[in-house]
Amino acid sequence: MKPEPKLVRGTPLDEKALKRGKTFSVTYEPRLRYGWDTGQAISRYLAELKEGRLIARSCRKCERVMIPPRMFCERCFRPTDEWVYVKDTGKIFTFSLCYVSWDVRRLKQPEIPAVIEIDGASPGMGILHVVKKIAPGKVRIGMAVRAVWRPKAKRIGSVTDIAYWQPIKN
Amino acid sequence: MSRRKVAVVGAGMTKFMHRALETPKELAWLAAKSALESADMKLNQIDCIVLGSAPDAFDGVHMKGEYLSDGCGGWKKPYLRCYVGGGTGVYAVAQAWFHVASGLFDTALVVCEEKMSSCLPHPQAAFLTIFDHITEQPLKPNLLWIFALEQTRYMETYGIALEDIARVSVKNKRNALDHPAAQLGADLTIKDVLASEVMAWPVHRLMVSPTSDGAAAVILAGEEIARRISDRPAWIQGVGWCLDTAYWTNRDLAYPEYVEKAAWMAYRMAGIREPRKEINIAEPYDPFAYKELHHLEGLQLAPKGQAPKLLADGVFERNGDLPVTPSGGLLGVGNPIAAAGLMKICELFWQLRGEAGTRQVPGKPERGVAQAWGDLMQVGTVVVMGTKEPA
Repeated sequence: MKPEPKLVRGTPLDEKALKRGKTFSVTYEPRLRYGWDTGQAISRYLAELKEGRLIARSCRKCERVMIPPRMFCERCFRPTDEWVYVKDTGKIFTFSLCYVSWDVRRLKQPEIPAVIEIDGASPGMGILHVVKKIAPGKVRIGMAVRAVWRPKAKRIGSVTDIAYWQPIKN
Repeated sequence: MSRRKVAVVGAGMTKFMHRALETPKELAWLAAKSALESADMKLNQIDCIVLGSAPDAFDGVHMKGEYLSDGCGGWKKPYLRCYVGGGTGVYAVAQAWFHVASGLFDTALVVCEEKMSSCLPHPQAAFLTIFDHITEQPLKPNLLWIFALEQTRYMETYGIALEDIARVSVKNKRNALDHPAAQLGADLTIKDVLASEVMAWPVHRLMVSPTSDGAAAVILAGEEIARRISDRPAWIQGVGWCLDTAYWTNRDLAYPEYVEKAAWMAYRMAGIREPRKEINIAEPYDPFAYKELHHLEGLQLAPKGQAPKLLADGVFERNGDLPVTPSGGLLGVGNPIAAAGLMKICELFWQLRGEAGTRQVPGKPERGVAQAWGDLMQVGTVVVMGTKEPA
């Protein structure tokens, strides 16, 4: 029997090797800028967010009310038919308590990212957002939440025009 | 449909490392050279090259395919890069399989490479750009979010305890102690895993694979050459892949239906009707601990929600009824994205040939399945390999 993987090569570096100048490292910081056109469906979505409303698109064929809205139904592969206002309330479909920021800083108080299933859209239609104003240990799947909007003057036509979602007190 | 039978006849890989001295190109070369040496072949016996590598953002080299070509032996030869996110490492073998099964080429060299340490201060920041740039990136998400959100949904739907997820880390990191290329082999207990830092509840630090530098390579040959040059070719019996919608927040999340579809595509090709009985060894994608269980269910190797119980019963141990991730997986060997998927194919090659040394599963396995996963939680890629020539 031959020994397995007989040829494992490669040279791991550790911090000490770097400090001793055993290797060199060239750094580069890309400074690219992009302007992303938001298209037909999402332009309207963002315009409505600026007005403090959530809007979806419906497909007559599969009868889904879809959010985020889209100009074509990916299932039926045909144009969607109508704009439909949906509520700014929903239920927590799933969530996490995240102690790490996007750039890997540690957070003392966790962020609570969640998929929110939107009331008025078809079952299972959720959007990604964050939940606040609740003790992290109390968040549950199925919990009813509502959007907390930024003041009108501060909205810019972005998903962040909803500052966060918070539980609806019964 | 007439197509040629194809076998894997050689495999090699570099160490998987937190940070490698070697450049991406040098890593690709080391893996390609090892694979050629293992098959006792020279580059002039290779007809075409397939490269698999994940987003350019990690290496930080734009058009990485072209940059890496020399390291892959892609010099005055048909060469292409294929890409399906984290699913790339297993898909690259399917891509090379087309090349040879079609009769267009007799041999193909597959190389997968990733050098994530180049991205400063941490490659995590490069993952921000996988989210939808208009509707999701403004929320400043990180990669942990989607895994944690999916794991929460998986646990809630089937009533799975966190201990049962932690058991995957224990098994895979222990298996990796026997892998000479491993970055993070460890002998841990469930308690250790649950005591590790909570990154994004329910995900603890020891349930997450590391970021890595590394490369892997395999050689595919058509049946005539495979029989001639190899005493034990590992035949490719089936390939499959499937992509789900990019609207991931509209999906079920508890069950990876796209993995099921990819698996059945490969199983049908392999003539497999009862996967649980006809597959002896599995290497599912395990970037996070729960993903191994999630994928075993998608691969039809456990009923929905039941993989944790089978794991607790010892079924998936190296000496169990269905050894799962005997390599040590991404959690233990490491996760240089595309190279990690191809490492799983290398493991099947060594296991099916009885060359896996201290990692060898007992009972002379005749058939194995490898699977990878990626893009925005939406792609499944599957390869079935075995000791018997396909019909």
